[in-house]
Amino acid sequence: MSERTVQVTVNGVPHAAAVEARRTLTDFLRDDLRLTGTHVGCEHGVCGACTVLLDGEAVRACLLLAVQVDGREIRTIEGLATGEQLHPLQEALRDCHSFQCGFCTPGFVMTAVALLEEGATPTEEELREELSGNLCRCTGYQSIVAGVAEAVQRVNGGTAR
Amino acid sequence: MTAVQDGAAPQTHSGVGRFLGQSVKRREDARLVTGHGRYIEDVLWPDAWHVAFLRSPVARGRITTLDVSAAAALPGVRAVLTGADLNPLAKSFWQTAMGKDSPQPPRRLLATDDVRYAGEPIAMVLAENRYVAEDALELIDLDVDAQPAVVSDHRGRWGAARDEELVHPEYGSNVASTLPYPGMPTENPALEEVLSSAPHVFEERFHQHRYICVPMETRGLQARWSPDRDLLEIVSSTQNVHEVRSMAARLLGLSEVQVQARAEDVGGAFGLKCFVDKEELAVAAAAYSQQCAVAWIEDRNENLVAGGHSRTEDLTVTMATDADGTILGIKGHHVEDVGAYPTYGVGGNAGLAMMMLPGPYDVGQYFYSAEATFSNTCGMTPYRGPFLMETVAREQLIDIAAAELGIDPLEFRRRNMITTEQLPFTTPMGLVLETITPIQTLDQAAEIIGYEDFRREQAAAREQGRILGIGFASYIEGSPAFGAAGAEQVTVRMDMQGKALVFMGSGSHGQSVETTMAQVVAEELGIDIDDVRIIQGDTTSAPYGTGTAGSRTATTFGGAARIAGQKLREKILAVAAVALEASPDDLEVADGVVSVKGTPGAAVTVEQVAAMAYAGHTMLPPEMEPGLEAKHRIRNPPLMFSNACHAAIVEIDRDTGAVEIKRYVVSEDCGNMINPMVVEGQITGGVVQGIGGVFYEHFVYDGDGNPLTTTFLDYLLPTAADVPDIEIGHVVTPSNTPGGFKPMGEGGAICSPPALINAVRDALAPFGRLPNVQPLTPEVVLDVIDGTAAV
Repeated sequence: MSERTVQVTVNGVPHAAAVEARRTLTDFLRDDLRLTGTHVGCEHGVCGACTVLLDGEAVRACLLLAVQVDGREIRTIEGLATGEQLHPLQEALRDCHSFQCGFCTPGFVMTAVALLEEGATPTEEELREELSGNLCRCTGYQSIVAGVAEAVQRVNGGTAR
Repeated sequence: MTAVQDGAAPQTHSGVGRFLGQSVKRREDARLVTGHGRYIEDVLWPDAWHVAFLRSPVARGRITTLDVSAAAALPGVRAVLTGADLNPLAKSFWQTAMGKDSPQPPRRLLATDDVRYAGEPIAMVLAENRYVAEDALELIDLDVDAQPAVVSDHRGRWGAARDEELVHPEYGSNVASTLPYPGMPTENPALEEVLSSAPHVFEERFHQHRYICVPMETRGLQARWSPDRDLLEIVSSTQNVHEVRSMAARLLGLSEVQVQARAEDVGGAFGLKCFVDKEELAVAAAAYSQQCAVAWIEDRNENLVAGGHSRTEDLTVTMATDADGTILGIKGHHVEDVGAYPTYGVGGNAGLAMMMLPGPYDVGQYFYSAEATFSNTCGMTPYRGPFLMETVAREQLIDIAAAELGIDPLEFRRRNMITTEQLPFTTPMGLVLETITPIQTLDQAAEIIGYEDFRREQAAAREQGRILGIGFASYIEGSPAFGAAGAEQVTVRMDMQGKALVFMGSGSHGQSVETTMAQVVAEELGIDIDDVRIIQGDTTSAPYGTGTAGSRTATTFGGAARIAGQKLREKILAVAAVALEASPDDLEVADGVVSVKGTPGAAVTVEQVAAMAYAGHTMLPPEMEPGLEAKHRIRNPPLMFSNACHAAIVEIDRDTGAVEIKRYVVSEDCGNMINPMVVEGQITGGVVQGIGGVFYEHFVYDGDGNPLTTTFLDYLLPTAADVPDIEIGHVVTPSNTPGGFKPMGEGGAICSPPALINAVRDALAPFGRLPNVQPLTPEVVLDVIDGTAAV
């Protein structure tokens, strides 16, 4: 199969690579760039585990081909913490025991980062709607909602309770 | 919301310490919230050949053509293996927990000659990557002559297939197993007498549909056979590395020293990953036959169609009461569809359901019978609370009986529940209940949810045409620890720096074991929790064990960790006593320092003690073994118990049939909690799996055995927007085993289905009887409202 060259900035680092046209963005990130934090849960765009930010927007990396992100900017979960310092969202999620097995976690984190960066101050009901595109099988969501709400409070000073 | 109440049973140890009983933040999170977890797909070996399985497109039929030559010739393909290649390698398939001689269907790695369920693996491609492997699948020439399939329909009517059509001709019958076991009485005459003479007898058949584990991480395994090293290395997404090793060794006729199995982070399992199924074994066999590294990561479609299914059963319960609603006797008859190749033995869960059907009640006379049947569907696998049908059915029948007798359902339960004064209580099946508190949890749940107030609110709402209901359900969670599962070991090793490595045969897949077990050990050793590290999931370092399953981690590993920690503390004090020229009885250890009680200044650090225990062994008394290491292998009862009561309030939209869960309350007694935050996470996660089972999740086959719900667009999981906040109350009554811990990991999933169904039944009572079916779709609900219920 023919290959195309893709130039993409991931977590601030520019990359250029030759990829097959059919290569998914998840495989490109995970296997070619070795950023395995982005997880693949369903490969059909429902579970949200593969959520990354494409030019600031939360998208499903499993539904995109690597060639579609040519010239664009991607952020993955690996780009959030600064050295030892967790992102405030990650701190809040840890404080609230938000997750159990951790597999869905990167998707929830990136969905919530997008929300935080919009300056959103959702109510709990709105927050549950915002997070309803990501599936978790362990927690029953309560602790995730609490963790993101805590982050909204800390970062945006809202009243997401 | 959390309420705490001390239990009734006397116990001097509160279970709360510097670390124990505290909501210590999870040590796993540093990697998991930053994307640095390592799951199987993150650690694939660069030399591994990637597997894609060719699977049966039909439920039952003869294979008339299987030609893999074009696929094998595709560049990038190392091999295409069929049953003819791999099946001769398979020596045996028995699981440790079931025993060598346990009956099971005729197993095979890959289908040959015929296929027995849609999705059954027929061939496997080994290629340089999954893309090429799937390209090669397209080149395999397969023809299957389809035959009528043995299936049960989604409302659980059994026996539609003709008797002469067998799933496994070699087995001779579609009946996989029956209860009572051979040699047990086939009836209870005293119960029959009660049923024929009691003032009231209630009998209902309850159906539970097929719903499944669905961990967010699917299954996956890589294996590498190195003849020169005489070693089969395996990395698997598993709950139980030792079983992976045992199964692979038995399959290939290797000894267990020739096989090493390891797990990295595991992305959920819920029972799916506690046994080892044919795809995983086929990967190990392929690595062995090809003398190379082979890796398989299940995709979601495979996981839904062929990853092991659960539930799919009917339970008929007959209950006799006197005029006041006192239960005089209970009889159960259980029919399970175990699919074609259940992952364990013949797959039935009735053996445990039989033990647990009486639940937290004093039921008088008792009898239970069961039949497990094969079908041309994906095989049964355990799913959180595999035997929960006993609670699902019993708690519904209690509400139905109470309504017919005109007795409040809570009052009915209280009249029949085992009281504290009756403990220890021996059940009709011979189980001894020592520390359960069913009435206390019922009362706490009723208080938190405001039962009396709700009844008034409900009456007023009905006046306004709103449809509100409340449902309760109670249970005792039985945690099976039969055989080796009741004898887990923990080894605590302190090297010269005075830090503790803790080795155990657990297999955390979300249970926060690295945190909770470190709490237990740090508490005993008097050192900081950051100086304790849990090592699990590796057969080369862990003591032999049975992994994390069956709600056993706190009771077995936690109990063993406590005793092992105590033993090591005693050793630390004994060595320190030499250094300090004091009696060990006069010493205490805290914050990493051993000191003489009441004598400030007379102290040594644990690090100094450790150095002396090894390097300074010549200073130790001759009878003292050098070093700082302790182990304990626990001996727990074969069944341990916790108990809880769930309460739900629902409101139903009379136009759409949608059910809104307005409140959900759990009151539970799991004894001493190691980490309340972790306990509550287990509860909320389990409850939401029950919500999914009752309202959303349904794995559907058509009448020919074709799977219809093969993506997350069809197999619906509950989302954050679909579920309520769950309010939790704790009653704390320690168990009689080390630490006072009780099993609780499955209870949320066990008790939520009947609590929710009872709430819907209560809401719809003014309209008519809710049929005994699941899932409760809007269609089922609207049929009751419209008076057109037809099942």
